[in-house]
Amino acid sequence: MTDSGPGGASADAEHLHTTALLDVHRALGARLIEFGGWLMPVQYAGIREEHRAVRERAGLFDLSHMGELFVEGGDAGDALAAAVVTDPRSLAVGRAQYSMITAPDGGIIDDLIVYRLGPERFMVVANAGNAATVSDTLVERLAGWKAVLDDRSLATSLVAIQGPRSVEILRPLTTVDLDALRYYAIAEGDVAGIPAHVARTGYTGEDGFELFVEWGKGPATWDALMAAGQDAGIAPIGLGARDTLRLEAGMPLYGNELDRGTNPFEAGLGRVVKLDKPGDFVGRAALERAKRAGPDKRLVGLVVTGRGIARHGYPVDAGERRTGIVTSGTQSPTLGKPIAMAYVQPADGEPGTILDVEIRDQRVDAEVVPLPFYKRAR
Amino acid sequence: MVPSDLRYTTDHEWVRVDGDTATVGITEFAAGQLGDVVFVDLPSAGTKLDQFGTFGVVESVKAVSDLYAPLSGEVAEANADLGTKPELVNSDPYGAGWMIRIRLGDAAQVASLLEPDAYEKLTAGG
Repeated sequence: MTDSGPGGASADAEHLHTTALLDVHRALGARLIEFGGWLMPVQYAGIREEHRAVRERAGLFDLSHMGELFVEGGDAGDALAAAVVTDPRSLAVGRAQYSMITAPDGGIIDDLIVYRLGPERFMVVANAGNAATVSDTLVERLAGWKAVLDDRSLATSLVAIQGPRSVEILRPLTTVDLDALRYYAIAEGDVAGIPAHVARTGYTGEDGFELFVEWGKGPATWDALMAAGQDAGIAPIGLGARDTLRLEAGMPLYGNELDRGTNPFEAGLGRVVKLDKPGDFVGRAALERAKRAGPDKRLVGLVVTGRGIARHGYPVDAGERRTGIVTSGTQSPTLGKPIAMAYVQPADGEPGTILDVEIRDQRVDAEVVPLPFYKRAR
Repeated sequence: MVPSDLRYTTDHEWVRVDGDTATVGITEFAAGQLGDVVFVDLPSAGTKLDQFGTFGVVESVKAVSDLYAPLSGEVAEANADLGTKPELVNSDPYGAGWMIRIRLGDAAQVASLLEPDAYEKLTAGG
């Protein structure tokens, strides 16, 4: 997303997907933008206020643009293990893992969450802009296995509630035992009488839940949570605050930190890649080489100590030498200072290193810091 | 709706002309579109400005926008308060959120700026 300020392009609704919640967003006064081929709310009350609501209370997100790909069959586990970098066979039923799907050269096609719904049934959640590609790629890679893919992206509404008060808001509404539902776990049950998959996952650095329901039940799910959360101070949250929340939490965004030209080791996600799992998988040979050779670039956190805010695409220098580029940057609402993630040459990536970000032709000091920028108290 | 004693640009700056100086800021509409302003980069006193040339940058959490000089002249003063309180641009865009004062180079340029009703029309439905 670029400048949505004065004179910025308004979203053209006619060529975009819309979620079942579009009218709800409009009624809440949301500003809508194009994101990943979808018309989505970028903000309601304002990014800082929404950000604070999630850190301190609870926020409600419409994430129906995400892709939900169900993989089923006797070979579903083996087939997925051959298609992605993790080993979904190692998941117990009702558990989830962060994963990635790479090209044969090890470049990241998308980052994913894989949920095990049953012994032979998985749900793969992909980013909106990549969902069609991931769906097509998985279909190709499932060929020859006893496994079929059912792309339910346009049949599923995804509503997330995130923030420290999420549990108390959701608990009275659902048949799922939330106290037994651990982080990165998923269970089936009802939410406000609506059949749902309830997952304890998210993209904000806070405790929270993602609720997968039938497409047409999105608005009723949203309304029930909004009503139940009134006293706790729940607020609707747009993609703007979603981005500042995930950035503070040090979580990568596809298209910024992750892309086809980046492998998981460079992204600092080497631990996700299971090179020792049984059987071959797409990208294995290239990823083994990448691990042996060591990364060409390293993803780091930066705190800008000079004047200005580092943004996506700004060059990063070590002295007079160009060392890399900013992938994401903003003014951190929680820390009250400018933060960024950047790729730099590995030798320039040690915490404490002072680098320069080129902000409108000015060199501005930035210090390499460990990620994440923000970690919630437990 | 917009203050009737100001002139405006199509880039959403406002101008208060007072003799041979003009005070400049961005309109409430612009501030609302930007969202929470977190950083304002302004020129120092003495900087020469050309009409409709960029004179600075305003950043919200999400967006970066250039600021355009409504009139030619020389910067007489920049609002130092915005260095520590950029949120004044949102809370008081026509008052404490002002950005620069320009010593005018050509007072005749004022005639090229929008009247309040014309600016109002520009932002209607926006």
